[in-house]
Amino acid sequence: MNRLDLNRVLDWVPQGSSVLDLGCGDGAFLQRLCSERGVTGVGVEIDADNLICAVQKGLDVIQEDINDGLQCFPAQRFDLVILTHALQELTHPHIALRRMVQIGKEAIVSFPNFGHWFCRMHLGFKGRMPMSRVMPRNWYDTPNIHFCTVRDFEALCSELDIDIIERATVAGPAQSWLGKLWPNLFATSAVYRICQSGQ
Amino acid sequence: MVTPQVAHFTDPFTFSNGATLDQHTLIYETYGELNAAGTNAVLICHALSGSHHAAGVHNEAEQRPGWWDLAIGPGKPIDTDRLFVVSSNNLGGCDGSTGPTTPMPGSNTPWGSQFPQPQVRDWVRSQKLLAEYLGISRWAAVIGGSLGGMQALQWAVDFPDWVEHCVALASAPGLTAQNIAFNEIARHAILSDPDFRGGEYLAQSALPARGVALARMVGHLTYMSADGMSDRFGRELREESFSPDGNQERVFQVESYLRHQGDRFSTRFDANTYVLMTRALDLFDLSEGYPDLATALSKATANFLLLSFSSDWRFAPQRSIEIRDALMATGKPVTYANINTDNGHDGFLLPDPTYERLLSEWMQRVGPSS
Repeated sequence: MNRLDLNRVLDWVPQGSSVLDLGCGDGAFLQRLCSERGVTGVGVEIDADNLICAVQKGLDVIQEDINDGLQCFPAQRFDLVILTHALQELTHPHIALRRMVQIGKEAIVSFPNFGHWFCRMHLGFKGRMPMSRVMPRNWYDTPNIHFCTVRDFEALCSELDIDIIERATVAGPAQSWLGKLWPNLFATSAVYRICQSGQ
Repeated sequence: MVTPQVAHFTDPFTFSNGATLDQHTLIYETYGELNAAGTNAVLICHALSGSHHAAGVHNEAEQRPGWWDLAIGPGKPIDTDRLFVVSSNNLGGCDGSTGPTTPMPGSNTPWGSQFPQPQVRDWVRSQKLLAEYLGISRWAAVIGGSLGGMQALQWAVDFPDWVEHCVALASAPGLTAQNIAFNEIARHAILSDPDFRGGEYLAQSALPARGVALARMVGHLTYMSADGMSDRFGRELREESFSPDGNQERVFQVESYLRHQGDRFSTRFDANTYVLMTRALDLFDLSEGYPDLATALSKATANFLLLSFSSDWRFAPQRSIEIRDALMATGKPVTYANINTDNGHDGFLLPDPTYERLLSEWMQRVGPSS
């Protein structure tokens, strides 16, 4: 899967910053941040095989379940906390978001937009939960338990007193301008730079 | 094949409690070659009942290789093709270093109960003397499990410039009340054995074998997990305990195993040493002299690897997590994983694919890059 959201995240990561990558997987993206952005990175990963791959890349990784509240990281410990395409897999996305903007001076979150026209059409016409190349799993065995739309996410941010610093959208090549204009309908993924209100 | 070596130190060594040895001896083994720049030296610290014999065999007749042969050797996680590994018997031990079983200066009488109480930080200082003796001025890594992990952590705090990488497996920043209680039961078993003779059994040609065996049985129990024991022994009976006439006592496999462990240990391990080692465990407190653990660890400059084992209830994962969080709070580089296993506290000594792969991959960052 071509993860265009990651390019956007990379653009937003300041040179030499300290980064916490939540759900870092095999560490490929964190390694990219280290080499291309010179960051000092720590990964959090729950899966042992993924963790070993990340360790193999020379990264520091903590085996931890994000759902357990990320208590091990003190406030303001990182310049940036990143969560890419994992928000929808969390048990309590709102608790994780609140924690992210505490641990990091800023956070970057990307997620697939469930408000995309394809999802709406699929649900509207077929009457069944959308499945696609990006969402290949059936509703009952998917790790994606908390899908949201662009508008849902922004509403949650405002509820949690989280400021949106910047928003970017990822859309198909023919629809990139539509994605910018009507993100909730045309963005396949959304990427947000956020921070705690009043920071 | 490996041959133990002996280092003799003629300068006085003073313990934390003020007691002094005018001179002392450490027995140790090394595996691999020290490179010209001295940048590939790794120290292995042993646990409660360990010794300098961490890897390989002393002769072809030896049935069991060293206690951590799983991890140390050519192509193994602690790769002796690349690294120079040093493993010594701790001061106060009973495998050849100066301790309760060796004679007091100017006499033939063994130290017995008179041997000074060592603490973890004393061992660290004595290991530093050994390093200097071997021409090593910095460890590429200090590695240990359980009590060995405590030494590795103490090294990182006491001599930060010496420790580039620190590996603490199934370890803890200090003992819990439950840990101390189990140690006390073990000591009580030894001290109440009539053959203990106030610790002077060697001078009186006695051996508190029953006390040591019982101490080991209790200790060994805490190294295993309930699930691991169920898998391994269940309610199986020893075959010879099925007797047609029903007169013979029925012996469960787990009983037989514990008895065997106790008996074997009681002839191998010195009672006074066991008392000293368990006491050193009780006394260990990594944050001693500091306001808290994080402040203590803030002195360290090492890169850390902490591993816990999911079914370990002696030093439960939470204890490693305490160390991890203290390191994280002070911004130290640390990798942590909780290995999913039924092996309990013994997990760091036993084969497990995830554990071995992880240790092996992490160790790639130790030593000069090829």
